[in-house]
Amino acid sequence: MSWTREDIARRAAAELGDGFYVNLGIGIPTMVANNIPEGLDVTLQSENGLLGIGPFPTENEVDPDLINAGKQTITDLPGSSYFSSADSFAMIRGGHVDLSILGAMEVSSNGDIANWMIPGKMIKGMGGAMDLVAGVKRVIVAMEHCSRDGLPKFVDRCALPLTGQGVVDMLITDLAVFKRENRTSPFRLIEMAPGVSAKEIGDKTIAHYLT
Amino acid sequence: MNRIYPSAEDALKGLLAPEMTLCVGGFGICGIPERLIDAVLASGVGQLTVVSNNCGIDNVGLGKLLRAGRIAKMIASYVGENKEFERQYLSGELALEFSPQGTLAERLRAGGAGIQAFFTRTGVGTEVAEGKPHETFDGEVSVMERAIRGDLALIKGWKADTAGNIVFRKTARNFNQVTGTAALVCVAEVEEIVPAGAIDPDHVHLPGIYVKRVICGAPYEKQIEFRTVRAAEEVA
Repeated sequence: MSWTREDIARRAAAELGDGFYVNLGIGIPTMVANNIPEGLDVTLQSENGLLGIGPFPTENEVDPDLINAGKQTITDLPGSSYFSSADSFAMIRGGHVDLSILGAMEVSSNGDIANWMIPGKMIKGMGGAMDLVAGVKRVIVAMEHCSRDGLPKFVDRCALPLTGQGVVDMLITDLAVFKRENRTSPFRLIEMAPGVSAKEIGDKTIAHYLT
Repeated sequence: MNRIYPSAEDALKGLLAPEMTLCVGGFGICGIPERLIDAVLASGVGQLTVVSNNCGIDNVGLGKLLRAGRIAKMIASYVGENKEFERQYLSGELALEFSPQGTLAERLRAGGAGIQAFFTRTGVGTEVAEGKPHETFDGEVSVMERAIRGDLALIKGWKADTAGNIVFRKTARNFNQVTGTAALVCVAEVEEIVPAGAIDPDHVHLPGIYVKRVICGAPYEKQIEFRTVRAAEEVA
């Protein structure tokens, strides 16, 4: 049995440390916020200009001036701070944010990531993703192992336009967890979802990885 | 010198011209200078180059200028959630330059701060870096990005004083602060104008030196792109 999206988020949350400042992308990464291990002090950064993202507001608390990077209404917390976009990305590029967890359309053997564009099909833009993968200390990708059409997303070389080159440190999918020591070493398969065989993972992966 | 103008139309008088570069604050539709955008629309000016993180959404904010065919070129980091944008881009009516969000913010900051260009790791190895000069610093490859200096900046603040000092509110600050510095002239719209002295100098986010004209755009009915709420009983 493969992992659910919630399971993937919970596994990603296990990578959080006490005192971490973390930026979460849209999709499965957003669900990490609901799975922060008990007792850890984790501050979530929203790249539009907030440190300390609180829960969604109640009807009475909704404030159009308070949104996250996905443009959803949110709240702040005791200890939160607001800042400009220039300051926000200064802290991102400056390596002050400990961890970025984001989704991807493709990840390659050498840690390239593609998640912003499908030529001729999807023209949305990269938003802050290129800055995040280039600047944050550690980058974890949380994604489905295969696309909706059943095609492997962990590939030898990304076919889609890149978001960043050689920047992914860890990959968590519904089938397995891959990790590497540093940004020049290869990925190693370190965990498999319950009931998922090494063969199944191999069959659904084009990327090279150690076992 | 009086900075306070009675309307958006008055505040933009003499500042608009075809083919100019407009730098516009806001993130999505949060903290957008909607009165000023409406006045640009009403003026009829076109062939604009617009620098803004997003292009509003369909027929909201900059989406209105887009729909009216006034924008020739857009420099942005994210233009999703806007069908008309996609249509104009795919049909070749609209030129588009994608700039990563942090790079865009820094290009505006640099433009306002008299820095011609800077180097960053952001975008190295991607299409964004293609054709741009690269340099290696301490073993890290970086790409050169040019500053952006607009003809006119339009921003939205929360409060202004009569000296042009601006205070923003919550995440509506976003690109407004840096955009306010990045053009020859900045016009701000705010929700309240107070006498000089009513804002603690320690609390000013954008000093009045940058802000040449101010209007009060109140009352506002601010729109929300994605309204997400939790049940009240969950409150601890």
